Amino acid sequence: MDPIGGNVAPAPAVGKILCFSCGTPIEPNATNMCIACLRSKVDITEDIAKQNTLNMCKSCHRYAVPPGQWVTCAPESKELLSICLKRVKGLAQVRLVDANFVWTEPHSRRIKVKLTVQKEVIQGAVLQQTFVIEYVVHTQMCDNCHRAEAKDFWRSVVQLRQKAEHKKTFYYLEQLILKHKAHLRTVNIKQLPAGVDFFFANRSDARKFLDFLLSVVPCRYQTSEQLLSHDPNNNVYNYKYTFSVEIVPICKDDIVCLPRETARSLGNFSELAICTRVTSVVQFIDPKTAQVAEMSGNLYWREPFRSICTQKHLSEFTVMDVDTVNEMDMRGSTGRLSEKHVVADVWVVKSSDLGKSDNQQYHTRSHLGHLLNPGDTVLGFDLGNANVNEEHFEDFEKRQSKKGRMPDVILVKKVYADKSTRKRARQWRLRRLAKENGSVTDGSTAGGDYEDFLEDLEEDVNIRQGVNIYKDPNAMPVDQDDQDEAYPKITLQEMLEGLNLQEEEMAPVGPSDADEPEEEMATEGSGIA
Amino acid sequence: MAVRTQFESSNEVGVFTKLTNSYCLVAIGGAQNFYSVFESDLSDAIPVVHSSIGGSRIIGRLTAGNRHGLLVPYATTDQELQHFRNSLPDSVKIQRVEERLSALGNVIACNDYVALVHPDLDRETEEIISDVLKVEVFRHAIADNVLVGSYCALSNQGGLVHSKAKIEDQDELSSLLQVPLVAGTVNRGSDVIGGGLIVNDWIAFCGLDTTSTEISVIESVFRLTEGHQPSNIATKMRDSLIDSLA
Repeated sequence: MDPIGGNVAPAPAVGKILCFSCGTPIEPNATNMCIACLRSKVDITEDIAKQNTLNMCKSCHRYAVPPGQWVTCAPESKELLSICLKRVKGLAQVRLVDANFVWTEPHSRRIKVKLTVQKEVIQGAVLQQTFVIEYVVHTQMCDNCHRAEAKDFWRSVVQLRQKAEHKKTFYYLEQLILKHKAHLRTVNIKQLPAGVDFFFANRSDARKFLDFLLSVVPCRYQTSEQLLSHDPNNNVYNYKYTFSVEIVPICKDDIVCLPRETARSLGNFSELAICTRVTSVVQFIDPKTAQVAEMSGNLYWREPFRSICTQKHLSEFTVMDVDTVNEMDMRGSTGRLSEKHVVADVWVVKSSDLGKSDNQQYHTRSHLGHLLNPGDTVLGFDLGNANVNEEHFEDFEKRQSKKGRMPDVILVKKVYADKSTRKRARQWRLRRLAKENGSVTDGSTAGGDYEDFLEDLEEDVNIRQGVNIYKDPNAMPVDQDDQDEAYPKITLQEMLEGLNLQEEEMAPVGPSDADEPEEEMATEGSGIA
Repeated sequence: MAVRTQFESSNEVGVFTKLTNSYCLVAIGGAQNFYSVFESDLSDAIPVVHSSIGGSRIIGRLTAGNRHGLLVPYATTDQELQHFRNSLPDSVKIQRVEERLSALGNVIACNDYVALVHPDLDRETEEIISDVLKVEVFRHAIADNVLVGSYCALSNQGGLVHSKAKIEDQDELSSLLQVPLVAGTVNRGSDVIGGGLIVNDWIAFCGLDTTSTEISVIESVFRLTEGHQPSNIATKMRDSLIDSLA
């Protein structure tokens, strides 16, 4: 304790006086007392607690900062020092000059801080004193760890569901989520047979994710909440929130029969249509006229319908002859016609019947005229032999068969090369979301669906726009022979250079992908090799 | 001899009493115990007068005086003045002073021969001081404080001044006053010497808080123990002792 200054700065000219208490000759100061006597009389630290407690979470080693905050800090760090100083009561009455840690054994659960404080005592004399405060570190589990320990670490869940047979829309959505990094705030992602559950730690994160979903896919949602606990005294209610999101159950390459009213409202659109794409809207094309229409989620939910045929019900046909229809010959259509498609009269036989003597040749009008040549294989729906149970279709069939205008076959997509050939030649790959498998899914179906999705990407430039495609460093070099085969490929210019930094969260779950590109890659733009 | 005492639990006995070599003024209204202290020590030699000044009890700060006279402020009533004239010895001149700085005890410090006064004191007052008290008057400050009466105590033997008085100031003052001076404190480190201490040539009264160290300083500078010191027995009393024994 050293007296600092008084009313008068001690000058050599000042005579010594006797300390009134012990009689020692001293230079006069504000208290006229010698330092030893002053120390025995006054303790400026008497109001400051020398023993204190800190709370630390045992599992995450964070320190509690009241009220309700938990901070990670290294031993003897300045963050820890600030927490320690905040705990000291009575520090406001003195001026803190210096604070530093005194080394303690980490396992002792004691932290010692040496403080130097100043305070004005009697008649303007400022005393400075150094002392040590000991902190006992108590363990207290933080809220997050407590919830994790209680297996109760999510507050909000977005249940994404699509009642469709094919997972295409999900795969597309997965890529959109990755590209927009919408999944960053998820606590967990769980794969379920009919969809995916996204778990969030709080409601606003879930809400934000929901808004993202609403903007990229046609869907509707319902909200519900479950009361976990409540405190009527403080009016605090603790809920778990569930957002149940249902995507329009129509996939790309599904054949649908639109309700009559809906078809009319789409510009006198044909009721029998093929879904060409599911983005933020569902896009349809009429195979007979190549007229296109878009349907928003809202419009769909006003009068829902199911697809009458999915990709799995398509059968293979072989093209016998193609005759492009002159635009003049087409019946007048009021709607917008696709410029990418060419309507053609196509004669096909079932590939399974090929070579049989009594094979039946079907005539159909298709929007794939620009792709088809005699001898090509094409996937189509054998409408004539199908048994479709869909109310709108039954209604439609009744009206159409009277006029004899029901097509026998609807051609949906051209089959290029063999699936395995295309897979082998693929020079790119996609990132996947790390998902936890909630229940058993048959890997074969999922794998096949994923292959279909990859092929869709290769065939349709527009779908690729929402997807980050990465170069596959493990891909086999392409043979020159294979290059000759005519099937759509993704050019090198469209691929991003994938980094191979492993990221825990992004661990691959896809069947083929061994290592995944790093997250930052997505922002790097289209860097090419 | 220095005696510790207390006026109504206040240590500032110099505020409520005035002590000179020929009389002692004590404020009215205090406990009987307080008066008893003075009367037991003084009533043999000098009168102890109970009084007030203008109805106020802080007579030690309002009056200035020595063996020759007593100066009272203008606020003093005629009755009080008459009381003084009746009680004090006839040799003591009593004079009412018309001075702006009416707390005469704070602005004047004196013994029987010299007086230190506040530098701003009136000319007429200075003349009255020298006439009535029969002293040489010096305008001076003590440790940069102009209230000389508050920050020092003087007797014909010595003086105690503010603890922060510089050595050269002490030397200068001591050569002016022709008495030895010492810087010191009373009442546990208080610098207000005049408030905490009253002294004449043979006795001093100080506040109850005054420590033994302070008492010893006071007794040595005012030579209050002279008669009892062994050296005195050996030197001054020697002859008389030998005479009586012989």
